Amino acid sequence: MSAAPLVGPLPEEDFAGRRARRWPSPWHFLLMPLSLLMLTPLVWMLITAVSTPDEARQFPPALPKSIQWSNFADVWTGSPFGHWLINTAIVSTVVVMSNLVLCSLAGYAFARVRFRGSGLAFMLLLTTLMVPFQVVLIPTLLIVKSFGLIDHLGALIVPNLVTAFGVFMMRQFFVALPPDLEEAARIDGASRLGVFLKILVPLMGPPLATLAILTFLSIWNDFLWPLVAIQSPENMTMQLGLSTFQGAHQTDWTLLMAATLMSQLPVIVLFLAGQRVFVRSIASSGIK
Amino acid sequence: MTTVTAPPGGAPLQPRTRPSLLRRVWWSDSLAGWAFISPTVLLIGLFGLVPVVWAFVLSFQHNDLISPGSWVGLQNYRKLLNDPQFTNSVRNTIVYTLIFVPVCVIGALLVAAALNRRIRGMAFYRVAVFIPVVTSTVATATMFGWLLDPDYGLVNVALNKVGIASQGFFRDPHEALLSIVLMTVWGWLGFGVIIYMAALQSVSADLLEAAAMDGCTRWRAFWRVEVPLLAPATLFLVIWLTINALQLFDEIFVTTKGGPVGSTTVVVYYLYMQAFQYFNGGYASAIAYVLFLAILVVTAIQLAVGRRFSHGQR
Repeated sequence: MSAAPLVGPLPEEDFAGRRARRWPSPWHFLLMPLSLLMLTPLVWMLITAVSTPDEARQFPPALPKSIQWSNFADVWTGSPFGHWLINTAIVSTVVVMSNLVLCSLAGYAFARVRFRGSGLAFMLLLTTLMVPFQVVLIPTLLIVKSFGLIDHLGALIVPNLVTAFGVFMMRQFFVALPPDLEEAARIDGASRLGVFLKILVPLMGPPLATLAILTFLSIWNDFLWPLVAIQSPENMTMQLGLSTFQGAHQTDWTLLMAATLMSQLPVIVLFLAGQRVFVRSIASSGIK
Repeated sequence: MTTVTAPPGGAPLQPRTRPSLLRRVWWSDSLAGWAFISPTVLLIGLFGLVPVVWAFVLSFQHNDLISPGSWVGLQNYRKLLNDPQFTNSVRNTIVYTLIFVPVCVIGALLVAAALNRRIRGMAFYRVAVFIPVVTSTVATATMFGWLLDPDYGLVNVALNKVGIASQGFFRDPHEALLSIVLMTVWGWLGFGVIIYMAALQSVSADLLEAAAMDGCTRWRAFWRVEVPLLAPATLFLVIWLTINALQLFDEIFVTTKGGPVGSTTVVVYYLYMQAFQYFNGGYASAIAYVLFLAILVVTAIQLAVGRRFSHGQR
């Protein structure tokens, strides 16, 4: 201690000392193995997807000698993969759009407009939130069948056009929003719709982004409903198609992993691009 | 408020009283209100409320979902009590839930605590933990099918290397359900971490500083200060994960199809078999209603216990 002012530390020592304090936080010894463990299934999928079948089964496992891009082409030509991608894109786009419009309109009405029957309607809406999907599965199938929508993309769209959860979420947003701006506009003679479009829509960015992300994820990952509502391979969504592909290529792991990788790529890219918004949305789905 | 402008069109001016104005506002609000909610009410009514009632009716019928059903009273529910396959599916679901939920909640708590700091490389660690959340159930199940493949899977290769014999995983009746737990924990851990990290933001640094000044170690402060403050998040997670665990289906469908020898047949998978393989729509609806009731009861108990547990912290 007392020697410190007399003999200054050598530059190397200073450098090493600073490094020791800054860089190897002990938490890395915990977090590095943990994150590698979490990434293992994905990395292993990636490696297998670009290997030959022999390489995938070699012992011990190793990186492939050359990248087998042909696996992806084989998936694309050997299955209606393009159909699955387009179908999923159509269904999720339509469902997200309609949810944004219908949930925000209804959420606004339930939060702000006083009218007869709103309390009852809102209560019934909340009741449906508690019902597990398996309860309504069979009757919903019969209803969709009576519309002639079985094995049709409409079967995946119509029942999802609006969600009770989305309405509830938007209502919570409007309840928490100070009403001053709207009241001023109302006194100036603006109609309800005018207030909604001109004043509220510009304020709804964050909750609408959350609603869009949560709706998109739930549609993209939905499995049970497409499984019972769709039969033809060319009408399937990505997840359903992937499961039939899995059934047909039980041990053809390279093709299977190539298909799985391609099926997840759009969501993973979107997630990496908007990680902050994704995480916030998922967190708010839970907390409110 | 009291100034009323003349209606357009030059109608004769009449003294307006407050009730008529109010009535006009009320009318326009009723109209606007119902206009705004009517598409929602129609759709939720048709695809939310009608099916709930319909399923209840179905549960008292024999119904193959093609020809009109016949009324059988409580027979479906009585049959459930003496159906060994149903009892087995209930047992599997309970075992799965009792392992999955605690592992996921405790794991998420510890990982969230580890991730809640400013060190280099944190962005990478977070991505690694969060990516499984957006990975679909089908993709998760397909990846783990390969990872846990008894012959060529990476996990068996690794086990062999350290001198442990190859395991059957999804093909071994004693290991299949545990393999499902492992796979679904991988898929859900990040969700729990997200919830806990959001909750950790609201734990005030002052409290932790105060604890440190009182001579509390960081480790004790975590368990005695932070964990109790996270009680609402824990309660939410336990309820949410339990609800989802009781409805497990996708991963089972893709990996084991309920096997081997029924060791992973969970309630919803059994419901699916009854409805879409044996075409017992009535019986499947009865199973669905029992599941519904079970979820309601379990959630109510968890809420009651949770409230008592976090008593005194709002």
